[in-house]
Amino acid sequence: MQQTVFHHRFPNGLVLLGEPMPWLESVAFTLLTPVGTAHEPAGREGLAGLTLEMMQRGAGDFDSRAIVEELDFLGVERSSSVTTLHTSISMASMASVFEPTLRIAVSMLREPHFPEEELEEARQSCLLELASIEDDPAQKCFKELKRIRFGEIYGRSSLGTEEGLTAIDMQDCRSFWENGVTSHGAILSVAGNFDWESLVQLVEKLLGDWDVGKTPAPPAVVAFPQTKHIYHDSQQTHIALAYDSVPYQHPEYYRGRGLVGILSDGMSSRLFIEVREKRGLVYAVSASVHSLDRCGSVLCYAGTTAPRAKETLEVTLQTIQSLASGIDPDELSRLKSRVRTSLVMEQESSSSRSSQMAYDWIYLGRVPTRQEVLAEVEKLTCENMVEFFRNHPPRNWTMVTIGPEPIEFPSGALADAVS
Amino acid sequence: MQFRSETLDNGLEIIAEVNPAAFSLALGYFVKTGSRDETPELAGVSHFLEHMMFKGTASRTSVQVNRELDDLGSQSNAYTSEEQTVYYMSVLPENQAHAIDLLSDMMRPSLNDDDFQMERQVIIEEIAMYDDQPPYGGMELAMEEFFGDHPLSRRVLGTRETVGAMEAEAMRAYHRARYAPNNLTLVAAGAVDFDALVEDAKRLTSHWIPSDATRTLAKPTIRDKQSTLVHPPATQTYTLQYSLGAGANDSARYTYRILSSILGDDTGSRLFWELVDNGLAESAVAFTQEFEECGLFCTYMACTPEARSANWQRLEDVLSSGKAKPIQDREIELAKNKICSGMILSSERPGNRLFTIGNAWLNREKYETVAQATQNYQRVTKDELQATFERLADRKNITVSVVPEA
Repeated sequence: MQQTVFHHRFPNGLVLLGEPMPWLESVAFTLLTPVGTAHEPAGREGLAGLTLEMMQRGAGDFDSRAIVEELDFLGVERSSSVTTLHTSISMASMASVFEPTLRIAVSMLREPHFPEEELEEARQSCLLELASIEDDPAQKCFKELKRIRFGEIYGRSSLGTEEGLTAIDMQDCRSFWENGVTSHGAILSVAGNFDWESLVQLVEKLLGDWDVGKTPAPPAVVAFPQTKHIYHDSQQTHIALAYDSVPYQHPEYYRGRGLVGILSDGMSSRLFIEVREKRGLVYAVSASVHSLDRCGSVLCYAGTTAPRAKETLEVTLQTIQSLASGIDPDELSRLKSRVRTSLVMEQESSSSRSSQMAYDWIYLGRVPTRQEVLAEVEKLTCENMVEFFRNHPPRNWTMVTIGPEPIEFPSGALADAVS
Repeated sequence: MQFRSETLDNGLEIIAEVNPAAFSLALGYFVKTGSRDETPELAGVSHFLEHMMFKGTASRTSVQVNRELDDLGSQSNAYTSEEQTVYYMSVLPENQAHAIDLLSDMMRPSLNDDDFQMERQVIIEEIAMYDDQPPYGGMELAMEEFFGDHPLSRRVLGTRETVGAMEAEAMRAYHRARYAPNNLTLVAAGAVDFDALVEDAKRLTSHWIPSDATRTLAKPTIRDKQSTLVHPPATQTYTLQYSLGAGANDSARYTYRILSSILGDDTGSRLFWELVDNGLAESAVAFTQEFEECGLFCTYMACTPEARSANWQRLEDVLSSGKAKPIQDREIELAKNKICSGMILSSERPGNRLFTIGNAWLNREKYETVAQATQNYQRVTKDELQATFERLADRKNITVSVVPEA
């Protein structure tokens, strides 16, 4: 697992990360700035997403249409996204067209045109995307879970609200961009077939003189325990759950992540076996880790036909509780094996490496090598994972259900069983 | 990169694209069976069987199968379509022998009654899950309307009724007929030890008995029809239109794929500029579906109920404008670049290459390098694209709208 990860901090605060993968034909990058939905002014929910949309509608030498055509001409695969604390543009292309591709992304960041005549169209696009969630109950369930768990500022959806989107004008977009899309806290993470020295020079040329102020830090994240049911005339009841765990930068993060692996990674995981294989209650059941600033949560999902929703919830909760009674050495060995394999296979994708490096830098301020990650995972034992579970028992539960009938959350029973 | 192939005495074909420099290898059994090979009473049996293949064998319990799949650290899964059922995994080279042993054993499942009853519940949950997503029901209805009594009209998942009434013995008979070695292809890509793969496969499949599995091919009867599916909980409308395109063995398929990119890719296409970029519709795309003897040219639009009628007229106008707004050289260049670059980027993972070479072999018994595959697109001429575009103006089609109320 030969690996070199470079990093360079420019005087303007921009951090450049690079991992050369010379065996690939592609280069992928993630360009990220430290501004997201948590920075939206009250009453302007959706501003981060709409601003990002406007930044792509004409920038530098290209108008809105020319940007799309140029990226298609170069054969670039791209995506852009807004999260609670960040805005990012990701692109992947053949190594031969990396430089023109990066230039376009940089121009979106530094020289967006904000064409007045396109604001209405961009707003309509955002409103339609927001409305489309109504027909996707599982996604709606998680959007609502986030909203009630993390509250007014941190619980915002990247899709915004109808009221917020409707209220936004071009000045809102401009000031959000001016105050938020800054070099201080920005990250450019590059992986694939490139030369580091030339990359540093290129980025110096494109972004070295970019110097804009700091994004103000929002207040600390707090998670609220709560349950909510949303009526929907559906066959299935969708259950989304969240409970406290530790965030990515926590020294014992891998223990918490390992436990979620025991619950949900692969077809021999406990939730898959207990909820689906043994009882046939669901088609989909899963758990995943979620970090938001310094707040870590475990998120779970199960979808089942309405009459079986109560049993599905009970079995899901019991399965989570079962972590307290021990972990089988075979379970741990399978978990480690999966991690080893996925670390090797990560070398086959420049896109997944560039986004992982950016994520690492946000939370850890460094990029651990595969060897380091592997060493952390090798330190996991059945004992220290169970101990972690006892020290960090699931609490602060949030539950959202969507379906024809509400189900009750047996909170007291669960707390007793774990403690 | 080297292509290797071998046919065993029992009829099992083995093909591989060997790349010694790859970090991993991907393996898969591609079974030439799917919903089109079912009888109407057994609708959904291919997909139900796909689930049952993970439920244990003569030498492994269901839990053991699942544990070994995870133990291999593999990314493994399966899918069923109208024409194929595929079981695949990506593993590290040192696990090749174990992976082929497990995957081959899984192809001879126990199909126990108890497991059958339990898994039926999971399938019914899967059907309910899709029923709650309005565009999905529209796609099923569009296939039914387009193909009428043709076998391709059958739903991959089957229905609550067919799955509910299915008997384990019927599934066992289906498995015997369709999972014969002469109806399977073992496909591999990446850091494959091909000679070892062939030796292992010979030993592991020597007891497999060939069958006379065949497939009935027939050209569908094309007609015009408009249907509406009322789905009261829906808040948006979803409109699908299916017309005749090119099949998986028809050289015109490259023309249709480029044309669908020019007219309806999700970004930069004519429909994108006409309906999506300006916020009129949430989605407006064109795409192709290819089957053995025929293919579909499809369009899909999602928008609010109020905007549906006007938007759909705009979409129809774009598709019918072949003469008035002929295809431009620049559009062809962009579409070809986009398609070819996407192919090259995705080919970096053996796990992606597996499906490209497996599908090509199942359909045409043909292997192509990535470079050869991109040439197929580069060769398509402006005249071919323009002629195909103009023919869209008077295409017969099936149109299905999913709406909240009639």
